[in-house]
Amino acid sequence: MCTLEVIATGPLATIQDRGRPGLAALGVGQSGAADRPSHHLANRLVGNHEDAAVIEVTFGGLELRAVGGLFVALTGAPCPMTVQLPDEQPRTFAAYSAFWLPDGAALSLGVPSSGLRSYLAVRGGIAVPEVLHSRATDVMAGIGPDVLAEGVRLPVGDPVGDLPETDLAPVCPPTADDIELRVVDGPRADWFTAEALDALVGDTYVVTPDSNRVGMRLSGPELTRSRAGELSSEGMVPGALQVPPTGQPTLFLADHPVTGGYPVVAVVLAADLPKAAQARPGQRIRFVRTPLSGWAS
Amino acid sequence: MKLFPCADQGLLVELDDLDQVLALYAELVDAPPDGIVDLVPAANTLLLRMDPARTDLHQVAKAVLEAKPRPGTRPDVGHIEIPVTYDGEDLAEVGRLTGLDERAVIEAHTGQEWTVAFCGFSPGFGYLVGTDDRLHVPRRDNPRTKVPAGAVALAGEFTGVYPRESPGGWQLIGHTSAEAWNLDREPPALLVPGIRVRFVEV
Repeated sequence: MCTLEVIATGPLATIQDRGRPGLAALGVGQSGAADRPSHHLANRLVGNHEDAAVIEVTFGGLELRAVGGLFVALTGAPCPMTVQLPDEQPRTFAAYSAFWLPDGAALSLGVPSSGLRSYLAVRGGIAVPEVLHSRATDVMAGIGPDVLAEGVRLPVGDPVGDLPETDLAPVCPPTADDIELRVVDGPRADWFTAEALDALVGDTYVVTPDSNRVGMRLSGPELTRSRAGELSSEGMVPGALQVPPTGQPTLFLADHPVTGGYPVVAVVLAADLPKAAQARPGQRIRFVRTPLSGWAS
Repeated sequence: MKLFPCADQGLLVELDDLDQVLALYAELVDAPPDGIVDLVPAANTLLLRMDPARTDLHQVAKAVLEAKPRPGTRPDVGHIEIPVTYDGEDLAEVGRLTGLDERAVIEAHTGQEWTVAFCGFSPGFGYLVGTDDRLHVPRRDNPRTKVPAGAVALAGEFTGVYPRESPGGWQLIGHTSAEAWNLDREPPALLVPGIRVRFVEV
């Protein structure tokens, strides 16, 4: 069986798959890859089931050594990659393509040219033990494998299908410019002033460094409440813009808490969540209000 | 009943009280509408999280409006006894807050049937509601940075058992050897929504 030995992790690297849907009533969130289309694509490039476990790399910096040769592919935030075999010149590889990592070779990921999260799939998938039917690390709930650390050896599973004919996927890398995210007002838009609802879509918000897989803390126009009082904790969805008393919203990502006690002013459309997951600290976000087709409460 | 969309990802159903939440949850949990990924009961809401590729808000709203929850019904997931040693650091304070002596606090806790209304805060942390209001107490003014796993506590209208060591602001009245959270068990949570609980003094 092949393994991957972790030489360096970069700022944060975790194992992710599709997560744990269906357990929210027990207080367990879904977790899983923050940018799911990139997770799926990485797996398809190496012929895995698209939900197989991969490494989610935050802002590059990961270094691995292959024990046994294997095919790998990187998607999401495009990191420059070098493969180094002892006594040989390093070779460079690009994202969105599958390539062979020979036995004993070290793979190093540089800083991505845009985006935040990269997905490294290996043919056969990362085969760490499942916890509640998933290999995802939920940093909020503390469930699943540990965050990757230097010296850890990751088992790789057996390949299940053929390698695809294509070994290069023509995809656009995440944007380095302002990110536009479509939002729908509510469920608690009525807790906010009309000015706050205008401000949410009127100006940009900056992603602060105080952001992680749980959520992105944003800095921008203050969202003022139109009413005092406390909300009873209620269920949360990914993409929810929860507004604590500071008036600065947090955009919930993959490891968001199952319930929350601050009102949610608006929610990002599911299709735009992958873009949100690629927003870097310092990058600006513009929210665009979108009506829900045909929905009248 | 009020319905609030959470974009294309969920429908938040606001109800009058916890009884209505549990009745609707009981009605939907065994056969959730198509495309529903998760049902999340809370104090006065039920969130239906949906997969937008498999359903839409109209279908989910229709299913909610057509559900006929019978008032007073709760999910039928059985009942358990939880052994408790009543030695919590806040037992005397709870006595003072409720006007009961310590013995009467213990008798009030063991003398009523509790039901897990919902889970939250951390995996396996069940919020249990009782049948009377004798033990309704506020949270502590100063939350503890560390509450041990198995601590039995009170806050608001709820009692609960800390599943793992964590920070916590509830009033501690005792501890139990019962494991509220065990990943090797199916389900890992002992206190699942709807389960009825009797606390028994050790």
